[in-house]
Amino acid sequence: MALTESTREEMRAIIARYPKPRSALLPMLHLVQAEEGHVTPEGVALCAELLDLTTAEVAAVVTFYSMYKRRPVGDYHVGVCTNTLCAVLGGDAIFAALKEHLDVGNDETTADGTITLEHVECNAACDYAPVLMVNWEFFDNQTVESAKELVDRLRAGQEVTSTRGPRVRTFREVERVLAGFPDGLAGEGPAAGPASLAGLSLARQRGDTAATAPVDTPPAAKEA
Amino acid sequence: MQLTPVLSAHWDEPDSFTLDGYRRQGGYGALPKALGRPPDEIVQLVKDSGLRGRGGAGFPTGMKWGFIPQGDGKPHYLVVNADESEPGTCKDTPLLMANPHVLVEGIVIASYAIRASHAFIYIRGEIVHVLRRVQAAVAEAYAAGFLGKDILGSGFDLELTVHAGAGAYICGEETALLDSLEGRRGQPRLRPPFPAIAGLYACPTVVNNVESIASVPAIVEHGAEWFRAMGTEKSAGFTLYSLSGHVVRPGQYEAPLGVTLRELLDLAGGVREGHELKFWTPGGSSTPLLTAAHLDVPLDYEGVGAAGSMLGTKALQIFDETTCVVRAVLRWTEFYKHESCGKCTPCREGTYWLVQVLDRLERGEGTEADLDTLLDLSDNILGRAFCALGDGATSPITSSIQYFREEYLAHLEGRGCPFDPVAATVFAGAHAS
Ligand SMILES: Cc1cc2nc3c(=O)[nH]c(=O)nc-3n(C[C@H](O)[C@H](O)[C@H](O)COP(=O)(O)O)c2cc1C
Ligand code: SF4
Ligand code: FES
Repeated sequence: MALTESTREEMRAIIARYPKPRSALLPMLHLVQAEEGHVTPEGVALCAELLDLTTAEVAAVVTFYSMYKRRPVGDYHVGVCTNTLCAVLGGDAIFAALKEHLDVGNDETTADGTITLEHVECNAACDYAPVLMVNWEFFDNQTVESAKELVDRLRAGQEVTSTRGPRVRTFREVERVLAGFPDGLAGEGPAAGPASLAGLSLARQRGDTAATAPVDTPPAAKEA
Repeated sequence: MQLTPVLSAHWDEPDSFTLDGYRRQGGYGALPKALGRPPDEIVQLVKDSGLRGRGGAGFPTGMKWGFIPQGDGKPHYLVVNADESEPGTCKDTPLLMANPHVLVEGIVIASYAIRASHAFIYIRGEIVHVLRRVQAAVAEAYAAGFLGKDILGSGFDLELTVHAGAGAYICGEETALLDSLEGRRGQPRLRPPFPAIAGLYACPTVVNNVESIASVPAIVEHGAEWFRAMGTEKSAGFTLYSLSGHVVRPGQYEAPLGVTLRELLDLAGGVREGHELKFWTPGGSSTPLLTAAHLDVPLDYEGVGAAGSMLGTKALQIFDETTCVVRAVLRWTEFYKHESCGKCTPCREGTYWLVQVLDRLERGEGTEADLDTLLDLSDNILGRAFCALGDGATSPITSSIQYFREEYLAHLEGRGCPFDPVAATVFAGAHAS
């Protein structure tokens, strides 16, 4: 892989989205990961050159954010939420089982280069706990068995689909979306998962709506 | 108690996230109404509605907009905070997944009100499908003339940039978010000056939560009175309550502010069968824990405050009696330590030591004096930290010692954790019978 003239073009397109160039740095680094699989010294140098920063300034940003990886990542980044709620509901057990099953430690990649396993913080899906992310797509309501099966499918090169999103693409493909280049998959997956609809379904059963909540209706409307 | 789905009213339509799906429900109906009125009237309307920020602090939204200086000759910016990373918080994510257009419509109205011609949505990077939905909605809105030049012939122009973060809880703090959006390490800024005076690129900036801005189109459509008729006197309107953990039907429940956990749990089928409520967070891990003694506390800003906690993000994480509170608190504390941006000593050093001491206690290797050390450390962080992350880190610790001191001591007596972690999992007993 190499950063080509077309990478430069795309970086210039990112810069053009912002009133000030430096704002483009985070998406530019996502683009570096899309091209290189992680943030390489060449990527840092290119960002620095285009933004007129020193490489030290860019590197200081890279090290601050957990999504930027300084070592090659597998095709599939598997993140197990082990923040308190998911951990208690089974995330700790899932993470322990996957470490053993894949024979890797935290933030390590399997020998075949397919999977990088990491524990992640609360991923804003607690109502679907325990939650696991593959290349930042949701895998809701996981068990030890479902998680093992999932990674086995990934390693075997089989298709895997997010519970609330599209068929899983590679780490590098997803990084392009993060850089702001849509992949046309927004329409995939449901509008909302079951837990997102828990209150709404109940409201429908009960006939509850905001309009029928006790409202101070102006007199004219009351008569109608 | 009545549910009041407004933001979530059409999430069960398969295409609710598309422009067609949104317009079929009257979407973008508020926009021409807003653009037909002077901007100051919109600010006044939002003030009159009593809408308070849904990002955690509950600051009145209209008042925040009113702080933006007018006629100052500088560009103004609106920045929407979609960083959603406070542990337990999971409301903006489903909202943006199912209805990104209501946010876009709210952004155009809010930007018009504060006279901003460039707005940003800062979305945490780890929720890529949400990012896709928002990118697609923004593209559709441009194509339909709701964004760009001369919106609906009003003469108002707005550019909207969707920006993905890169993993850092602190970037949800509004001034750290601005630094991050400027391409820097996300570290909080000294205030004053507040963002309303010197925010993005040192220009007047409003930072609002997703849910706050998404609430604006309905207020424009139905009026301030309608909004105020829901909720309580000082906490007006409807909001998304997120139930998670040991509850039969976890999920999003949109209800008037001021409902109680007892009412919400009733709707959600209660705590999982055969178990009882032990402790819960009213608004994410940074809000002090409450217990079964607080089931009837009104979940509005004043009610939860009076109970010694904070409404926060309305992230109700429910834990039953199988959960070890020490384990829960240690894990949250490890989170704060990991996410501390390192700018100030009380938080950087303090969270490090909190983890050391808690870890020792959890393994049953500490002493009772460690509890005082924890309280001492917390006391030295609270109010001395540079931003609210440090304060939040002390919440689970001080509240858990207040309510569950005995449980800490049990770890010492038993030389380890007396709980079976398997019993707390959702798959506990899955293979029994
Ligand atoms: C550590 C920390 C994290 C925060 N994370 C978020 C967040 O993810 N989303 C959010 O809207 N507000 C978050 N906030 C609150 C913001 O600083 C700010 O108050 C809010 O975005 C203002 O919007 P509102 O007035 O509409 O609530 C966080 C605050 C702190 C201290
Ligand atoms: S309190 Fe923590 S997160 Fe906030 S500025 Fe200090 S070190 Fe950074
Ligand atoms: S704790 Fe796992 S998604 Fe929130």
